[in-house]
Amino acid sequence: MNRRQAYEAAERRRSLIVAVLSTAVVAAGLILLVPLAPGWPAVRASFFDGGIFVDTFPTLLRAFAIDVMIFAWSVPLICATGLAIALARGARSPALFPLRIAGAVYVDVFRGVPVVLTIYLIGFGVPGLGLPRPWNSPYIWGTVALVLTYSAYIAEVLRSGIESVHESQRNAAICLGLSERDTMRYVILPQAIRRVVPANMNMLVALQKDVALLSFIGPVEILRQAGIYKSLLANFTPYVVAAVIFLAVTVPATRYADHLLNRDRNARR
Amino acid sequence: MPGAKLVLRDVRKSFGAQEVLRGIDMQIAAGEMVCLIGASGSGKSTLLRCINQLEPIDDGTVLLDGEDISEPGRDLAAIRQRIGIVFQSYNLFPHMTALENVMLAPRRVLGQTDTAAAERLFQQFGLDAHMSKYPDQLSGGQQQRVAIVRALAMQPEIMLFDEITAALDPELVGEVLEVLRRLRSGGMTMVLATHEMGFARELSDRICFMDGGVIVEEGAPKQIFTAPQVPRTQAFLRSVLR
Amino acid sequence: MWKYLSSQAIAAVLIAGSAAAQCAADKTLTEGKLTIATGNPAYYPWVIDDAPESGQGFEAAVAYALAERMGFDAGDVIWTRTSFDQAIQPGAKDFDLNLQQFSITEERDKVVDFSTPYYTAPMAVLVRGGGDVSADLDSLRQLRWGVMATTTALPVVMQTIAPATGPLVYDDNVNVVEAMKAGQVDAALFDLPTALYLAAAVLEGGQVLGQFSADQTENPDRFGMLMTEGNPLKACVDEALAALAADGALAEIEATWLQEATGVPLIK
Repeated sequence: MNRRQAYEAAERRRSLIVAVLSTAVVAAGLILLVPLAPGWPAVRASFFDGGIFVDTFPTLLRAFAIDVMIFAWSVPLICATGLAIALARGARSPALFPLRIAGAVYVDVFRGVPVVLTIYLIGFGVPGLGLPRPWNSPYIWGTVALVLTYSAYIAEVLRSGIESVHESQRNAAICLGLSERDTMRYVILPQAIRRVVPANMNMLVALQKDVALLSFIGPVEILRQAGIYKSLLANFTPYVVAAVIFLAVTVPATRYADHLLNRDRNARR
Repeated sequence: MPGAKLVLRDVRKSFGAQEVLRGIDMQIAAGEMVCLIGASGSGKSTLLRCINQLEPIDDGTVLLDGEDISEPGRDLAAIRQRIGIVFQSYNLFPHMTALENVMLAPRRVLGQTDTAAAERLFQQFGLDAHMSKYPDQLSGGQQQRVAIVRALAMQPEIMLFDEITAALDPELVGEVLEVLRRLRSGGMTMVLATHEMGFARELSDRICFMDGGVIVEEGAPKQIFTAPQVPRTQAFLRSVLR
Repeated sequence: MWKYLSSQAIAAVLIAGSAAAQCAADKTLTEGKLTIATGNPAYYPWVIDDAPESGQGFEAAVAYALAERMGFDAGDVIWTRTSFDQAIQPGAKDFDLNLQQFSITEERDKVVDFSTPYYTAPMAVLVRGGGDVSADLDSLRQLRWGVMATTTALPVVMQTIAPATGPLVYDDNVNVVEAMKAGQVDAALFDLPTALYLAAAVLEGGQVLGQFSADQTENPDRFGMLMTEGNPLKACVDEALAALAADGALAEIEATWLQEATGVPLIK
């Protein structure tokens, strides 16, 4: 070990000790001080009832499977629709001008309206037109609402990705005699999609949480099941259980997205 | 020059208010190698981009084998197959291997799935070890050679080269010029915009000196480099040959 | 400040002068005032036109009758609004009493206090144009059910009806009705007065198919006034409610506002 390395090793050791100490102090402060608050026993009973936690966990986990299911079939639909919208918005040919306008309106409208509102409107409104069962299912129309909203976001992200691919790439492809269509498909899109994967990962984490909003139109997924327990037991612990289950999925997903984002940033440096 | 491969008549091009090409007349015979020289901004690059219609021209005509390819509304993809171009910044597709870069256009445009011809080109230019590498695994000189192979794979009738050594480290320039030398001996019709004066003098049939969007003087290399007639040509050559 | 409040309290007691008023003294949020919470919005027939101040509607009327028995003038009743969650969350509350059809259950009673019941509601089945459904459990089992999440209707559906497909659950009775209009739900379970109101005024073509008798469901839906756990006011409220029941005042209010409840067939 040379002099510089020895110095840096000592520095690292010192920072580690400081970090451990400060974390311990903050944690101890929280653990010791919060219970001193006069309302703590009531809060603990309402939110952190161990018995209720254990009793409601299995049912809530089963209800979470519905969230996962809705998520799983929504994602491919969202990606396909988002891609179609992004391409429509980037259409250069004048004949496709109406498509461009439609794409722009679509993106503005569905990004501008709160998801819950879209879910209500589509989830109750469309089946209310008189669709027969099973085509009026809240699962179908709730999914449609999610797809409408999220594909608008994904379309914008994709479009920014498409625009970030340098014009010279397009020129190179065109100069080889490739059609506009092949240029987009084989040269621009693969690069654009690769660049927006991290941003879209964050979008999917948000989607995973918003799936729970489908409970507003009937499905008994985890958030609704927790609400039912809350009502029956007059206790908020089931919500804490739901939060824990959500975190178990979303935290690793968010970390992974950040990891991709960092890798991408380092690669471009 | 009857039967000229490529003919430019009074070609004009503006970007906004700025007129970049102000009436270019030029004839290039089959198998001829022409070098465009001149200061940056003199219009060399724009002229090359106007030849393969990457930039639509405002006025004038470009004839390829006597056929007007600058007529608005033509199918440009078919024309661009016949005129290859290589850029200063290589512009390889970063998500594809060298071989995939080269095979994309033959596969999509010509429906040619056999890679044998492309592999021969790789061998011919000493790149066979790099076929399955991605662009970021190649040196600048290697990338530029792959870009040339990519253009050649479409079997163009004319090749345009836009300052293809300008972005390279000096020690890598030689390998790229070597490729050009081979093409020259193979009889390829070529138009180069270049700053490599020694190379231009050694190999080209004709030198065109451009300034302010026009061809100020043209002639055989020996004449241009030893006895330029126009004062602007003299001044330019003095500044670059010192 | 404290002194001022105490002298106010003494003055209030002197003016009111009844035994019940002495019971409630020093036990309400604001001395001399009774703060009562209802839903937001509050629905017919419990509160008419979402205006509890008018005393119109069953719960509004009960509230004023109770306040009077406890020695408060009508002018001393202050109304506030809470959601179900606000009513059960830990910490200080901004109401003395909360009445919005809270069913008394054992679990809830551990967290908050309930008065003795002021109404026992039968559960009733709401359907839309239900000509083809008969009011027996076998045919009810084949229906697609919708219920409100915060009511005790859900356990009744699950345990007493046990439908073939899982029920859909909503936040609000308006959403249940919306799902019925969209054809996503065939039938919904509410307390009888709410079901009657929805059938008559909200759901076009709505009809109350039948009601469960109180002994048919495991726990009949008994509405109690919700108070914070250990609230000393509970004794006074229970005392006043007992008095209202004893002299027939409560039955009279019920007859005024919930009279339609008779004549709905029982589900067998």
